[in-house]
Amino acid sequence: MEGLNIPLNHILLVSSLLFAIGLLGLMIRRNIIFILMSLEVMLNSAALAFVAAGAHWGQPDGQIVFMFILSVAAAEVAVGLGLVLQVQRRFKSLDMDNADRMRG
Amino acid sequence: MRELIGLIAFIPLLSSVALILGAGRLSRIVIGCLGVGSVGVAALLTAAMGLDFLANPEPFQVTLWTWMQVADFAPGVAIYFDGLTLVMMSVITGVGFLIHLFSTEFMEDDISYARYFAYLNMFVAAMLILVMADNLLLLYLGWEGVGVCSYLLVGFWYQNSANGYAARKAFIVTRIGDTAMALGLFLLFTELGTLDIQALGVAANAKWQVGDNMPLLACMLILGGAVGKSAQLPLHTWLPDAMAGPTPVSALIHAATMVTAGVYLIARTHELYLLAPIAMIAVALVGLTTSLMAAFTALTQRDIKRILAYSTISQIGYMFLALGVGAWSAGIFHLMTHAFFKALLFLSSGAIIHCLHHEHDIFKMGGLRSRMPVTFWSFMIGSAALAALPMTSGFFSKDQILLQAYQMHGIGPWLWLGGLVGALLTAIYSFRLVFVVFFGQANTEPDKHTGWRMAVPLSLLCVLALLGGWIIIPVAEVFPVASDHHPAFWVEAVSIAVPLIGVAIAYLVFYSRQLRLEGLVKAPLMQKIQHFWFSGWGIDWLYDRVFVKPYYGLARVLKSEPVDALYNLIVRVNQSLNHWLSEGQSGQMRRYIASMVFGLIVLLAILVGVL
Repeated sequence: MEGLNIPLNHILLVSSLLFAIGLLGLMIRRNIIFILMSLEVMLNSAALAFVAAGAHWGQPDGQIVFMFILSVAAAEVAVGLGLVLQVQRRFKSLDMDNADRMRG
Repeated sequence: MRELIGLIAFIPLLSSVALILGAGRLSRIVIGCLGVGSVGVAALLTAAMGLDFLANPEPFQVTLWTWMQVADFAPGVAIYFDGLTLVMMSVITGVGFLIHLFSTEFMEDDISYARYFAYLNMFVAAMLILVMADNLLLLYLGWEGVGVCSYLLVGFWYQNSANGYAARKAFIVTRIGDTAMALGLFLLFTELGTLDIQALGVAANAKWQVGDNMPLLACMLILGGAVGKSAQLPLHTWLPDAMAGPTPVSALIHAATMVTAGVYLIARTHELYLLAPIAMIAVALVGLTTSLMAAFTALTQRDIKRILAYSTISQIGYMFLALGVGAWSAGIFHLMTHAFFKALLFLSSGAIIHCLHHEHDIFKMGGLRSRMPVTFWSFMIGSAALAALPMTSGFFSKDQILLQAYQMHGIGPWLWLGGLVGALLTAIYSFRLVFVVFFGQANTEPDKHTGWRMAVPLSLLCVLALLGGWIIIPVAEVFPVASDHHPAFWVEAVSIAVPLIGVAIAYLVFYSRQLRLEGLVKAPLMQKIQHFWFSGWGIDWLYDRVFVKPYYGLARVLKSEPVDALYNLIVRVNQSLNHWLSEGQSGQMRRYIASMVFGLIVLLAILVGVL
């Protein structure tokens, strides 16, 4: 096998680290743009894990799923940015804590 | 003539309605004329009716109209007139008229003059309905009517809340007896299918044997009603408190007429009682114990009206004793003579109270003999009759009761002995009253003198109390004949001697003070007994502990609605659940995420732990 030979475990470790950072960002950030960024990080961490697994077992499936994730992320950004505009227009702020009208 | 009998009850009723409607517009003269005149007319009509009846002693029945009609139950507003009715009506209208006349002076200064006579006339009408009724349902109407009037008149001076309390007590305690009586009426109706008194006697004799359980039950229930109305043990506690009313009211309602309604009821239904010998013994024992208990209590009282009230309870006990031993006519005879002398005693005490600034305590009176001669002689005659001194009216009636009690098979002599003890005590307490109030040191000066409207009724009642014993009441046709057998001479002699001994004791202790009882009275044990007697044998205290206090406690518990507490708990649990769940819906996305993560961690931990 050519190129770098990085053990799968390391890649999975980085991937879960990224996922955790994204999740943490999702939980603690209030700005909706940062929340979207955190989501991107989480999606990419999952994609990284798929690619690494595909490479490890020499299967193309990992890369195919990566393509799916890319398109999902693109769609998500399109919808997400539309939401950002609406939030900005209605609440005059990007702070998601203000958007609590569904409070019980 | 006979069709007019209904008028006797309706005239006082109409006058009462007129007084109520015209209150505030009528002058005092008109009120007095209406109030006294209506009863006077009723008394005259009764006298005419009585003369007619004595000339032609045939009982008759008049149906005025049908009261109501439900299926085959159609009680009429019907009147039955016989010797017993005549005696009762004469007492009610005759003594009632004198008391009304007395009241015009006694209540002279009262603001509610019209209200007083309206109630008093209504009472006379209700009492007449009671004794004239042909069926027990109409009798019950009169029975409740006199109860309401008694309530209204005991609480006549309603500004003082103690009087209102006494009125409520009188009403509620008699209501207990009335409930028993209503049950008795229901029982009689379901068993015999009628409430007409004459028909009841026939039907009961046809259906039941002597000693059956049904007549016993019915008689005991009716006895319950009689005990309540006539203030016998155990429902006597209302009568001493009922003295809160004006004194003429005590004379009319709580001495002469209403409280003897129980005696009348038992005498009227005597055919049922003859079927239940056990019930008759119960009547006799209730009467005897009540009369002894009340006599002991009367010995220690200080309030002149309370003494007379306990003496009334005691004398009605004698009437019950007479009924219980089957001396029906003796019981009714004592009812009549008692109405005379007790009305006399109450009216004289009313005159004393009227002239002594409403003083009730006998130890604050004294020495009134020379200053109130009319009252003194009235009281003297009344006390002599009450103590049954020879030749007074009370002597004849009480003597008959004691002798017939003695002849009763079995426990007769014991009843006689108890009655004698009662007679001794009666003589002592009545002459204690005379000696303390009229002799000795003068403590209060009278500020008024009795006018003719007080003096005339007093003198007429004096005559009746003295000579009433010679009246022969026309009840021979009504009751089964009592045995004519005369007991031994010594029995009669003892019966006559005992009241004299009582008067002698009272004389020695309270007048000449040769018999000094201070040492005995001051002894700790005697003090305790005296206190016990003074409080009416602690029966009020007992009822307070057994019935009133627990009832208040129960009411206090129920006030917080303990049954609803369970449902309120369910509501409160639901509310807190709702609150808790809605807290979770904060609307903040970050918190949702955090809780999802937390749940995920928990799930993972479980999975890892399990696998």
